[in-house]
Amino acid sequence: MELWFTERHTPNVKFSIKVDHQLYSGNSEFQRIDIFDSKEFGRFLTLDGYMMLTEKDEFIYHEMITHVPMAVHPCPKNVLVIGAGDGGVVRELTRYPSVEMIDLVEIDELVVEVCKKYLPTTACRFDDPRVNMYYEDGVKFIRRCEDMYDVIIVDSTDPFGPGEGLFTKEFYGSCFKALREDGIMVNQHESPFYDEDAAAMQRSHKRIVESFPISKVYQAHIPTYPSGHWLFGFASKKYHPTNDYNGTKWSMLGLKTRYYNPRLHIGAFALPNYVEELLKDVE
Amino acid sequence: MSELSQVNAPIYEALRKFRRMRVVPFDVPGHKRGRGNMELTEFLGEDCMNVDVNSMKPLDNLCHPVSVIRDAEDLAAEAFGAANVFFMVGGTTSAVQSMIMYACKEGDKIIMPRNVHRSAINALILTGAVPVYVNPDVNHQLGIALGMSVSQIEKAIEENPDAKAIMVNNPTYYGICSDLRRITELAHAHGMLVLVDEAHGTHFYFGENFPVTAMAAGADLASVSMHKSGGSLTQSSFLLMGKAINSDYMRQVVNLTQTTSASYLLLSSLDISRKRLALSGPEIFAQTVEMAEYARAEINDIGGYYAYSRELINGDSIYDFDVSKLSIYTLPIGLAGIEVYDLLRDEYDIQIEFGDIGNVLAYISVGDRKRDIERLISALAEIKRRFGKEGTGMLTQEYINPVVAETPRRAFYAKKRSLPLDEAAGNVCSEFVMCYPPGIPILAPGELITPEIIEYIKYAKEKGCQMTGTEDLNIERLNVLE
Repeated sequence: MELWFTERHTPNVKFSIKVDHQLYSGNSEFQRIDIFDSKEFGRFLTLDGYMMLTEKDEFIYHEMITHVPMAVHPCPKNVLVIGAGDGGVVRELTRYPSVEMIDLVEIDELVVEVCKKYLPTTACRFDDPRVNMYYEDGVKFIRRCEDMYDVIIVDSTDPFGPGEGLFTKEFYGSCFKALREDGIMVNQHESPFYDEDAAAMQRSHKRIVESFPISKVYQAHIPTYPSGHWLFGFASKKYHPTNDYNGTKWSMLGLKTRYYNPRLHIGAFALPNYVEELLKDVE
Repeated sequence: MSELSQVNAPIYEALRKFRRMRVVPFDVPGHKRGRGNMELTEFLGEDCMNVDVNSMKPLDNLCHPVSVIRDAEDLAAEAFGAANVFFMVGGTTSAVQSMIMYACKEGDKIIMPRNVHRSAINALILTGAVPVYVNPDVNHQLGIALGMSVSQIEKAIEENPDAKAIMVNNPTYYGICSDLRRITELAHAHGMLVLVDEAHGTHFYFGENFPVTAMAAGADLASVSMHKSGGSLTQSSFLLMGKAINSDYMRQVVNLTQTTSASYLLLSSLDISRKRLALSGPEIFAQTVEMAEYARAEINDIGGYYAYSRELINGDSIYDFDVSKLSIYTLPIGLAGIEVYDLLRDEYDIQIEFGDIGNVLAYISVGDRKRDIERLISALAEIKRRFGKEGTGMLTQEYINPVVAETPRRAFYAKKRSLPLDEAAGNVCSEFVMCYPPGIPILAPGELITPEIIEYIKYAKEKGCQMTGTEDLNIERLNVLE
């Protein structure tokens, strides 16, 4: 018997992982949640059938979405994380001693509960005393925040489904308002490769460019996401992601990482020509 | 045949049965179940094209219903608490016109608020009926026309005892209701029919704690836009009739202007939607109201905006308020309603129902999702943050009492000439000028053009209102009587 998880990356491309067994399946008010175990990727979480993370490659995503802004900001104290119910971003954030407060806003409490039970590699730091959990729509939560955060990390799902509000201009504008005068927002920025993903990527880039004075994009290689080539958005009120970056200072913190390092930080902002063009088209 | 009840949808059921029979079409429509127009079929879907069929024995005929359409109309009558109901495929416009054409012949008077939909004034052109306008009360802060006060109606009746009918909006576009029960009593005491434009009131019949419906208030006729809050396809409506109405004569009136090839897409959508509301109306509209109330509280919390509600009720010209409506006053943030309307679409990809000088209306229905409501609220907060100004120097005058110089019909058919907008003051207009939506005329045929009205038209144009009605599509010239 063979059991395969398959996700359609485009109408003409499928990506499959051989499943050893299913650990959990359930429906929340918002979405269907599944956890599988596999030989190649270990345990993995899917929402409405879309791959969210695998134990094998989650470190790439979580290190890149967290350490890039945390290393650019000279002294991040208050951090807001939106989405990220799997706990991966929180795990990375709690490694910074300078951080005083981590607000986590996740719309779906069941995702957190399921991850705590089945994905201990990521959902391992929710009990850190600096972490405050809010189970509500991020669009709503941030509407009332003003001049509060040094860093906002938008760890959204896709631009359709429960997370679609996190790709809108009203949301990015609210993030701008919620950040302090030297704040940084980083977001999951989709992929430039397949047409539909690229269009979504351009749409959100356009909206961020219109909302922040500095708006750059960086990349990482994430094998289980469509095409494997993934982007992050770096939007900032004051700091430039490479010009204002002090890699030595970050190295002094002594954080052990498997993907991120100061040389890669600079390199990640060097984009292929076709991606540069996609971005320029909407800037 | 077994007894029908609200779980049935006779037209829908007949169409499904018909589809299974795989009848070979040698009749119209010529697309022949879509096969003759594949691009259209691909766009609309095979299922849709398959039921775009013509009247025939198994499917009845809207012009002369004797079987499934008749059954569906009877079920609708039961659901709405009406003596009779007609399915309408020419929009609520055709229902409003039929009401007036039933009540009035040439020269007959009809009492109506001036803030009626253009379809009502169009009917006056068709019939030659003479309007007796009751100027609605105006809320000067919000700049919106309200309902009619009972004392104004009493006065109109006293001065025009020969009037044949009174027309009432229930509610207005903004959700405001007049005292329909009292108005109906007054009208009936003077032998006048009560015609109710309920284009925005479908949900009153099926939800709980809404303002009184025309049928419950004892009114004679009502036009209901099922396609607005009722969920049917655009252009499909109901005409409701009370006991005093001769429905067979009404059918003849309707058939004067109604198509003889009524769309079964529209008819089945009415049938299915009626069933749905009859079976689960209270839950559906409780959800709608909950979302509207939530949005109202959040928007008022932003500051600047005023999302109004039942606190406006004054016992007369705002006798009741439809809480499912999300009307928002925008002037305190220094932006005209139409500017907020445009910003929502251009900056935030959010399309709302309309914006006028001082207000916007977001249409809330059961089809809305909580997360979309959050987006709307956040977008309004962002518009205030990014574009908000001092709320001064804004034109607030919204409703201007018209001076009627000619009946709409005489003005419409009279000899006319075209004048530039700036030179038109002092003349009698022969055409409509209105913002659409809401489609309530600023000028109607037969009304005096005043400098105040010209200023208003220019301001509305400048702010970006979509103006319609005139022969000149750019609204730079007006047709006036010679």
